[in-house]
Amino acid sequence: MTVPTQPTGGHAGDLELSAVTKRFGAFTAVDQLSLTVPEGSFFALLGASGCGKTTTLRMVAGLEEPTAGTVVLGGRDITRVRPYARPVNTVFQSYALFPHMTIAENVGFGLKQKRVGRKEIADRVREMLALVELTGFDHRRPAQLSGGQQQRVALARALINRPQVLLLDEPLGALDLKLRRQMQIELKRIQTEVGITFVHVTHDQEEAMTMADTVAVMNAGRIEQLGAPTEIYEFPTTAFVANFLGQSNLLTASVTGANGGDVLVEAYGKRFAVPAGRCRVSDGSAYLGVRPEKLHVAVDSATVPGSHIHVPGEITDSSYVGVSTQYLVRAPWGEELSVFAPNSGTEGPLQPGAHVSLHWHPSHSFLLARDNEVAEPVLEAA
Amino acid sequence: MRRVGRFLARYWVMAVGLAVLAYMAAPVVVVLLLSFNQPANRSTTFLLDDGIHWTLNNWTDICGGSETICPALSTSIQVGLISTLIATVLGTLIAFALVRHRFFGRGASNVLIFLPMATPEIVMGSSLLALFVSAGVPTGFGTIVIAHVMFCISFVVVTVKARLAGMDPRLQEAAMDLYATPFATFRQVTLPLVMPGIVAAALLSFSLSFDDYIITTFNSGNVVTFPLFVWGANQRGIPPQVNAIASAMFLIAFVFVAIGQIRNARRARRAATS
Repeated sequence: MTVPTQPTGGHAGDLELSAVTKRFGAFTAVDQLSLTVPEGSFFALLGASGCGKTTTLRMVAGLEEPTAGTVVLGGRDITRVRPYARPVNTVFQSYALFPHMTIAENVGFGLKQKRVGRKEIADRVREMLALVELTGFDHRRPAQLSGGQQQRVALARALINRPQVLLLDEPLGALDLKLRRQMQIELKRIQTEVGITFVHVTHDQEEAMTMADTVAVMNAGRIEQLGAPTEIYEFPTTAFVANFLGQSNLLTASVTGANGGDVLVEAYGKRFAVPAGRCRVSDGSAYLGVRPEKLHVAVDSATVPGSHIHVPGEITDSSYVGVSTQYLVRAPWGEELSVFAPNSGTEGPLQPGAHVSLHWHPSHSFLLARDNEVAEPVLEAA
Repeated sequence: MRRVGRFLARYWVMAVGLAVLAYMAAPVVVVLLLSFNQPANRSTTFLLDDGIHWTLNNWTDICGGSETICPALSTSIQVGLISTLIATVLGTLIAFALVRHRFFGRGASNVLIFLPMATPEIVMGSSLLALFVSAGVPTGFGTIVIAHVMFCISFVVVTVKARLAGMDPRLQEAAMDLYATPFATFRQVTLPLVMPGIVAAALLSFSLSFDDYIITTFNSGNVVTFPLFVWGANQRGIPPQVNAIASAMFLIAFVFVAIGQIRNARRARRAATS
């Protein structure tokens, strides 16, 4: 059973999933999922727990067999290939280091299975431990290492085999925040250095955005949006994505018509014009979205630039977080909008109760389709 | 009051602890002493009223007490080794099946495995004999081994199962992901990790088998194991060599435990000094 490579697949080593479905009894974990991971890219699967991202990863690793669909790597159908016969390696969430082996034995495990010579294994293990900055740890055991060090051993153990694709299942989930940031930079450096395709599963949107070239946002077994981090953040396709990646102020609106290159929208009795290039819908009910940092607060409405859309409001809450001040501003129709104002020193923090003018540039807003059911992302405690 | 409490905590608890230890060690010490005693006559083996007559004869001439003492010991060791081997292999396989696989009758098997541990030995022994007699199987060495394997299996399954259940299934997945075939995964990852459980199960099996009297006495025919010999000899007065053999068994077991403890302590210290 071979599947022709999709016309989009440019490189020989691309990973392609076509209509992959995985059911556990009556529960559909992954639903008709198709995606192409270009060779050499850093690809992130982002989603809340239970969205099917880990199941997708396990199907690529061969630890789970798809109910339907195909997994193709480098033009070869590996859907039913056993995990030990795939040129794919995984960094597990819990690291899964072999507790009865030394660090060197752990890292050399894959090469030993491939019957690589003892001398070459020793050389490559040394090389690999140097890459992850664990030189001299050869004879220790996993239990003697810290979480961050174990994480790097797990990475070395997978990378040493030079897989076509490296799968990372929430590899930084167990580390504290500071170490996690450090390892994100480290992982990105290593990926650039070795040039192997990385597929990274995470629920941390910041992690996905800082590391990946391409992010796929998953929800309920499907991909909601796939694209570069900036594209997903600046112009989300659905309300779910808009809320899952950062925060968004979503105003319930309806499209009233078009005017040249703009789509005309009405929300709470106010009319807005949004550039057509920022709209995912051209008629019917919609959400008008603006990111909190794109909203500006003006004390004096006369200072609002003419090109900006503006609404009056009253500050109900103000929290100072160092680099910025986060305001909640109540709009005339009662909804509270979230605003991030940088503390650039031009004006002091405003107090609750202050009457202000909220304004934003039309091209900084986006228009999304509004279904009957409101997609509220279930945020997971990290 | 506080100081009294502290005094009690420091010394009273220790005193009670030492007393309990002494209570448990006393029989062993007595046996050890008796192994170096030359009894005045056969009937006074256990009386020390005229003090210990020190001798090494019991140790140097360990088979000398009776013509049947060493054959009985050898039979017990053979029965112990054979039934331990069979029970450990079968029990380990059963434990793997029960932990790793979902199959029809798994719940029932889990319960059945516990049954020999819960059944009174006297019931098991007599019903086994009834079975052997009605099936026309002559009792002897073979039936002893069959009986021992039966009750040892339960202990092996329980011990190995506990070890397996505490193992991260991702370790196997990781091995498979790193190109290890199912057989290589078993040999290099699963088996070494389960090994301490299997070894513990085997040691337990051997001591259970070596020690068993009740079930054995029903199914032994005219074969005499060491416990049967001791019981029989007790009617006339136990030869002092039995004390030497008992002491030797105790010392061997003690050495095993000590080695295990030292290894654990060393491993813990190595882990701590990283």
